[in-house]
Amino acid sequence: MITENGAETAFLAADDKAVVLAGDYLNKLSGEAIERECKTKLESGVKELVVDFSQTEIINSIGISILLGVIDTAANSGAKVVFADLNEESAELFEMLGLTKHVTMA
Amino acid sequence: MIEQRTKLIHAFGALADLGQEVANKNNFQETIRTSLHLISGSLAIMRGGVARYSRYGHELNMLAVRGLGDDFPLSLSLCLEDERQFLANGLNPIETEHAKVLPFFQVYDRSFDSRRIELFVPLVIRDEIVGAVFLGEKATGEPYTSYEKEIICAMGRHIGVAISQRNLMAEIERHAEENRKLFDDLRTTYNDTVKAFAAAIDCKDKYTEGHSVRVGRYSEIIAAELDWSADQVEGAATAGYLHDVGKLTVERKIINAPYRINAKESAELNKHPAVGFEILQPIHHPYTDVPLAAKYHHERLDGRGYPDGLYDREIPYIAKVVNLADSFDAMTTDRPYKARRPAGEVIEDLRRNAGKQFAPELVTAFLRGMLKELTGETKDKRFRRMLGREYMEAEGIVPTLRNTLNEMRPTTPLTYIASDQP
Ligand SMILES: [Fe+2]
Ligand SMILES: [Fe+2]
Repeated sequence: MITENGAETAFLAADDKAVVLAGDYLNKLSGEAIERECKTKLESGVKELVVDFSQTEIINSIGISILLGVIDTAANSGAKVVFADLNEESAELFEMLGLTKHVTMA
Repeated sequence: MIEQRTKLIHAFGALADLGQEVANKNNFQETIRTSLHLISGSLAIMRGGVARYSRYGHELNMLAVRGLGDDFPLSLSLCLEDERQFLANGLNPIETEHAKVLPFFQVYDRSFDSRRIELFVPLVIRDEIVGAVFLGEKATGEPYTSYEKEIICAMGRHIGVAISQRNLMAEIERHAEENRKLFDDLRTTYNDTVKAFAAAIDCKDKYTEGHSVRVGRYSEIIAAELDWSADQVEGAATAGYLHDVGKLTVERKIINAPYRINAKESAELNKHPAVGFEILQPIHHPYTDVPLAAKYHHERLDGRGYPDGLYDREIPYIAKVVNLADSFDAMTTDRPYKARRPAGEVIEDLRRNAGKQFAPELVTAFLRGMLKELTGETKDKRFRRMLGREYMEAEGIVPTLRNTLNEMRPTTPLTYIASDQP
């Protein structure tokens, strides 16, 4: 597929997979940017969305809300969401809140 | 049990953040969006929305939505029965599943169903509906517990208060805006009346047509040059426009006498400041003491003026401004017995009389205003329009102004000491 960003699209077409770095701005309103990024990826045909938490220490309510947005969008386009490198504390919270029911943990 | 506690701590953190968010005077839209995130995130709710209630349109208008999709209505109307029921319900979550007897839930049944809206929270603040919160299912898929409903109540109250405050602010701003418009109208009326009066005064004196209007403009220029506030500049203009209002009672033949008037006639004419004061005093003038300006506009710093022969500091400042403007106009307009003098001479005259008749810093302010116009530093053409192009642009005026201003800097002391005079 030839688009403006040829290389990336080629990669996506091959893998159907995209990695999104959660970082530490997930906990603010600015975290909505992550949601938008995921949406763009899903619309371009990604079937597996990996959210990388390796650089995320804590996740507050805004962060959870944004992740729920990502999960909801993915579900609507029939894509799979993978949470990678989540620390123990957050994993526990996600479990309790029921987020883990909707994602694969890696 | 431990699980419950962790959940509680998480939800409580969100509540604290929400309180903080509402207390901060952030952008209202952002506050609401953040609030929705905090509610959704604290209990892991998949979808939701926050709406503000319009009392006039009887409708809930969405301020923020999460995951409701494009088909969900952005504006939902309430009938009187809905309103009544919601007010009676107060700020408590209503399970949409069990509220289908209400018209509201019948009308929007399909939308609520398709987005799985489980809870509807009318935001009732001080017996008034200010908005509503819509909440979808939880990530766990389990029903809401009563403890979770309580958290939702507390958060709903924060959001309701934020909307209510916002409404109040909007109301206050609207009133302020109305008052400002009313005030502007009055101000325009006042200024128009003043100008009409000035024109009436000038009508009486056929040789000095437009005198009052010009004195108003010159006073305005001086005040602006002194960096007075906009209101005070306007006040100075008014004082100038009305300074000769007392002339309305002086016999026309004295005012228009084509010769130098005799002592008796002069005494009659010299009553005009006091008469002006009588006329103006009962009227409230907002920015400056217009009656005093009229009364003392013929006083001089050295005490040789009339009617009271006041010295420097005894003369109200606004009267000094008008006196300078008035004298300048007298020197620069033709009189029946005397042609006007060239601008250069007039400038020299003002300099010579600074400290005698005029306050020196007023003379420099006035000349500075004139220089700025002639050098193009300001876009104004007021002097040229009032006195004619050739008159103002006569050779040597600009250097004369520059020299005079240099000589007068630093300004001669403000106060004229009467006892030093012979
Ligand atoms: Fe006068
Ligand atoms: Fe005058």
